[in-house]
Amino acid sequence: AEALHTRPGPFQAAEKTTALQDVTHYNNFYEFGLDKTDPSTRSGQFRPRPWTLSVEGLVAHPRVWDIDALIAAMPLEERLYRMRCVEAWSMVIPWDGFPLASLLALAEPLGSARYVAFESVVRPAEMPGQTGGLDSLAWPYVEGLRLDEAMHPLTLLAVGLYGETLPNQNGAPVRLVVPWKYGFKGIKSITRIRLVEKMPPTTWNQMNPAEYGFFANVNPDVDHPRWSQASERVIGAGGFFGGGRKKTLMFNGYGAQVAGLYGTMNLSRFY
Amino acid sequence: MPRLTKAGRTRTLLPWRGETMVLMAVGLLPAALYFWYGAHDRLGPDPVNVFERWLGLWAVRFLLAALLVTPLRVVSGISLLRYRRMLGLLAFWYALMHVSVYVALDQQGNLAVLWRDITHRPFLMLGFAAFVLLVPLALTSNDWSIRKLGRRWGRLHQLVYGVAVLVAVHFLLAFKTYNATSVSYAAALTGMVLWRVIFLVRARIRRAGS
Repeated sequence: AEALHTRPGPFQAAEKTTALQDVTHYNNFYEFGLDKTDPSTRSGQFRPRPWTLSVEGLVAHPRVWDIDALIAAMPLEERLYRMRCVEAWSMVIPWDGFPLASLLALAEPLGSARYVAFESVVRPAEMPGQTGGLDSLAWPYVEGLRLDEAMHPLTLLAVGLYGETLPNQNGAPVRLVVPWKYGFKGIKSITRIRLVEKMPPTTWNQMNPAEYGFFANVNPDVDHPRWSQASERVIGAGGFFGGGRKKTLMFNGYGAQVAGLYGTMNLSRFY
Repeated sequence: MPRLTKAGRTRTLLPWRGETMVLMAVGLLPAALYFWYGAHDRLGPDPVNVFERWLGLWAVRFLLAALLVTPLRVVSGISLLRYRRMLGLLAFWYALMHVSVYVALDQQGNLAVLWRDITHRPFLMLGFAAFVLLVPLALTSNDWSIRKLGRRWGRLHQLVYGVAVLVAVHFLLAFKTYNATSVSYAAALTGMVLWRVIFLVRARIRRAGS
């Protein structure tokens, strides 16, 4: 990883930051395998550069960005965000990146654009989890946001963490971070961002719609079918008796910023 | 089906008396080792989850081993019958530890959450039902109960096949996707149940024919 020019940004979480070792060695990234340790141990072959990211679809100025040109064009900020996984564990991670809104503003979404569809990379030769098998998802991994969610100042395109470029296992070279949503919304190693009119398909929702919704907002009152979401295990709290469980907050604690996006929407139905 | 030429013979792995106690202690080592690691923060960043899954996995392994004793004897003539009780009890002890860690360490005794879990979530209802059914089996895994219950002991212990089915489904559901581990253990458990069913049906046909 290389050092990035970054400066502290807004929305800094007050909680204790998760250790770099844990942030980079406890990961869900099915492209590299099912276990939490697979991404760190099996991503050595992955080459995140050269890399292009295309912004296309219903925009006035579609463009294919070289990743380093993009990083040079965007002022980077450090955002210390809480991260809540749908599996009921959480971290606090210092991301380096820029608001997705800044990139979308350059592309100028057309009036007909209502959703943003994201697509990840397919490289079975470099990503052992993509070589098929029982546990395989449908590739590429795809995700989506409503346009207003995508334009929200909290929504980040991260190109680094802890002040350095993203390690492969964390989604190099560029990934999405939406801190009020469950972690699986944070699509990694993005190749394509497309502005569209209709709600795009999303990988986990297609895999198991009863367990993973399109919105996937962190919500302690809406249980996962297999476990409660009322509380979460704090990663790296230290051993059995580190007291590592805490209450989960609505919108992961970002309600003041994002609750307005959902108005009177029924969040149990649109989970 | 092969004849049970060596069915009556009991073989011992170790020469001394009390070997099952020793083997039982060995069987508990995976739990002891991980407990020590976990208490000293050496089970990684999510230690309770790792320990909980580890105990569940070993409960499944010992259950499978106990269920393998009879098919092994029939197919190969090797009788490990004298270890079956120990294997079954190890499965129970691991299941008990698995449930205890879930209740005490994972959910930290939160009764509201626990109640909701076992009344609303099929994944946990299946696992809990399997554990509940193991209790009478563990309580009657002694010579006194076998004498006392007579033929009823055998019928009671057929429950283990129900446990195997519940555990197979619970184990499959414990993962976000079907995968080599979950599918092979579930298939092995189901295979043991099917083997038993076929065995009983064939025995009945033989009896009816003679």
